[in-house]
Amino acid sequence: MIAEVGHYALILALGVALVQTVLPVWGARRGGIALMEVGSSAAQAQFVLLLLSFAALTVAYVTSDFSVQNVFQNSHSAKPLLYKVSGVWGNHEGSMVLWVLILALFGCMVALFGRNLPPDLKATVLGVQGSISVAFLAFIVTTSNPFTRLEPAPFEGQGLNPILQDPALSFHPPFLYAGYVGFSMAFSFAIAALITGRIDPAWARWVRPWTLAAWMCLTLGIAMGSWWAYYELGWGGWWFWDPVENASFMPWLAGTALLHSALVMEKRDSLKVWTILLAILTFSLSLMGTFLVRSGVLTSVHAFAVDPERGVFILGIMVVFIGGALALFAARAQALKQGGIFAPVSREGALVLNNLLITTACAAVFVGTLYPLGLEAVSGAKISVGPPFFNATFGPLMVPLLIAMPFGPLLAWKRGDILGAAQRLSFAAGVTALGIIATYAIAQRGPWLAPLGLALGIWVIAGAVSEMAFRVKLFKADTSEVLRRLRNLPRSAYGTAAAHIGVGVMVMGIVSTSAWQHEQITALKPGETSSLAGYEIKFAGVAPSQGPNYREQIGRMTVSRGGEVVAELHPSKRAYTAPRTSTTEAGIHASWAGDLYAVLGDELKDGAYTVRLYFNPLVRLIWIGAVIMFLGGLLSLSDRRLRVGAPRRAQTNASPAAAE
Amino acid sequence: MTRKQRRSVLIGASLAVLGLAVGLVLFALEDSIVFFYSPADISDKGIKPGQRIRLGGLVAEGSVVRGKDTTVQFAVTDTAATIPVRYTGVLPDLFREGQGVVTEGRLGSDGTFIADSVLAKHDENYMPPEVAEALKKQGLWQESAGEKKTN
Repeated sequence: MIAEVGHYALILALGVALVQTVLPVWGARRGGIALMEVGSSAAQAQFVLLLLSFAALTVAYVTSDFSVQNVFQNSHSAKPLLYKVSGVWGNHEGSMVLWVLILALFGCMVALFGRNLPPDLKATVLGVQGSISVAFLAFIVTTSNPFTRLEPAPFEGQGLNPILQDPALSFHPPFLYAGYVGFSMAFSFAIAALITGRIDPAWARWVRPWTLAAWMCLTLGIAMGSWWAYYELGWGGWWFWDPVENASFMPWLAGTALLHSALVMEKRDSLKVWTILLAILTFSLSLMGTFLVRSGVLTSVHAFAVDPERGVFILGIMVVFIGGALALFAARAQALKQGGIFAPVSREGALVLNNLLITTACAAVFVGTLYPLGLEAVSGAKISVGPPFFNATFGPLMVPLLIAMPFGPLLAWKRGDILGAAQRLSFAAGVTALGIIATYAIAQRGPWLAPLGLALGIWVIAGAVSEMAFRVKLFKADTSEVLRRLRNLPRSAYGTAAAHIGVGVMVMGIVSTSAWQHEQITALKPGETSSLAGYEIKFAGVAPSQGPNYREQIGRMTVSRGGEVVAELHPSKRAYTAPRTSTTEAGIHASWAGDLYAVLGDELKDGAYTVRLYFNPLVRLIWIGAVIMFLGGLLSLSDRRLRVGAPRRAQTNASPAAAE
Repeated sequence: MTRKQRRSVLIGASLAVLGLAVGLVLFALEDSIVFFYSPADISDKGIKPGQRIRLGGLVAEGSVVRGKDTTVQFAVTDTAATIPVRYTGVLPDLFREGQGVVTEGRLGSDGTFIADSVLAKHDENYMPPEVAEALKKQGLWQESAGEKKTN
């Protein structure tokens, strides 16, 4: 019964989305307020219906209703509750329902909080959002119905893939989707701007918070996925340039560029055409990510089902939306007026450089991800493009970006003073130089360029700190003045600095883990000891154990340093019964200096076990950096909320005046 | 600076970055792409020792021999041909005789493939697509087994 309600709500939502697509846009063209208002109501109704549908599916999972095929295939009654709930989106059908639910949530938020948007813009935005909903709801209803019943109902489900049964991974998809789908807001606003032919700083002010929120969610979602891969897959790595990782990374890169170019548009009414294009591209990359992951074109843990019909459907959606948007862009972009001019050395110039490097890096990732698919389609040759490609292309493009990063916020709008900025960064440069010398002194091995890479991280952090110090006149004015300035500085300034510091922290983590990782593969008998990176690891043997839905072999290792015991590690191998598969659980001793990471391998003939040991220096900084970036976004977002009333005023004075 | 000059600076900078990127991409593609072959391809296409490739197929039944320490020998087959593989390290959880596997490394001069990575997949129903296709060519593949979901 509940499943039927969910199914019905899903179909009803499709109808409502259809209404939301057609009526408000029609109203906006003819100036019918009542018709435009339908958009708001429809967006809210659609969200409520999808919430109902999603709740119905969740109930089916929690109560282990195996008469629903989707639950039967992806759940098991012995699974802990958390994974019954996360099982809802741990499969193709359920994850698509989550996708449209988040889409509807964003539409609903525009309806609720968009009171001071111009009515025709709001109606058009909701219409575009509605059309995306229509496409994906039609996809779900026709090819991926999560509520299909089984007759007779089986007694037990087949279970969720055990490596997906993990806390970090439970929340990875919702955040990732919030990011992907959040970029649909920028897309809808861009299309609406092209349709209504009006675009001004107020437009950018509207788009930026949505983009920022989406970007924050995506940052956290990707970081969670990487963290999970690190401790769950047992390969000791945190990023593999896997096509599916790239599929989420490309929208992130484009979204990062969009955040920065929208800033130019908001503050200086410049780069309009580019910002619109970037908004379209960012969401297009999100759609492409969904297509690559969902169609089974790529094979990975994410490719739920290899079903050509679904792949073709999503490909169709992608072609219609991306093609349509780009065609509209080509037709209408000339109509957008050019904005304020600026010297190459200026804040705008720095942001253009940022955009140039980030989008180029994104293009390099794009080539590396799709080249194998293209080559196979054309010539039939099968190749893989691995980490070396991405390291050789993406890395060099990031170097100038990181070097230039501290300069950007120190340059004035319109025309900047690069010597002045360099002067203000002299302290940061000194700190960086000290960092380089110290690293060369400490690091006795590893590539000779690595300390310079680490220094890039230090440079970015020190640069962001110097910029804040300059803005509050630290050491230049007396304490009360500094405090007053600290208080008066807008939160978005703190947000920018925090996000940049996060990047620096992450760079330090990435460089040190990549350059100075220790790895050792050995065979250990119980009682034997191995040493790595100053740690003594004593292997005590293996003991069997029984978990809720698996049996495991737990290895016991005592880790000591300088004769003192610092940790007990328990790497294990688990054998799950439903579905029948096995996983590796790494034993990790985490500290600020780095992680000692142990993986238990197979038993050898003579009673020894293969053991893989890693020491990953400063690896923790990678995820801490991502969290700092997220918090920076949050700070900036909290600032914007204070100015929600501002767009109306800005609209009247900004649009005609700022165009040359 | 006039507007025109400013624009040309912008365009110049864009072209410079793009040129750099194209150069990097071409250079890296030349160097770091790895072709996939089945055991039969190795002799058919005359793969030379020392070239970095991926070799995929089924782990031949009864071929897994654990040597000293962590070195393992096994054979990868597509039934038309079989190639011995030597690998040092920890095998993936789902590595089994009779299962699909993809290994990456170089062919040694004695005809043994020296692998430095071995990939087996997340699920027992799963077959790496390259392997599935190579097996299809040999007529060894049953659709039913391959169409299962991989989660």
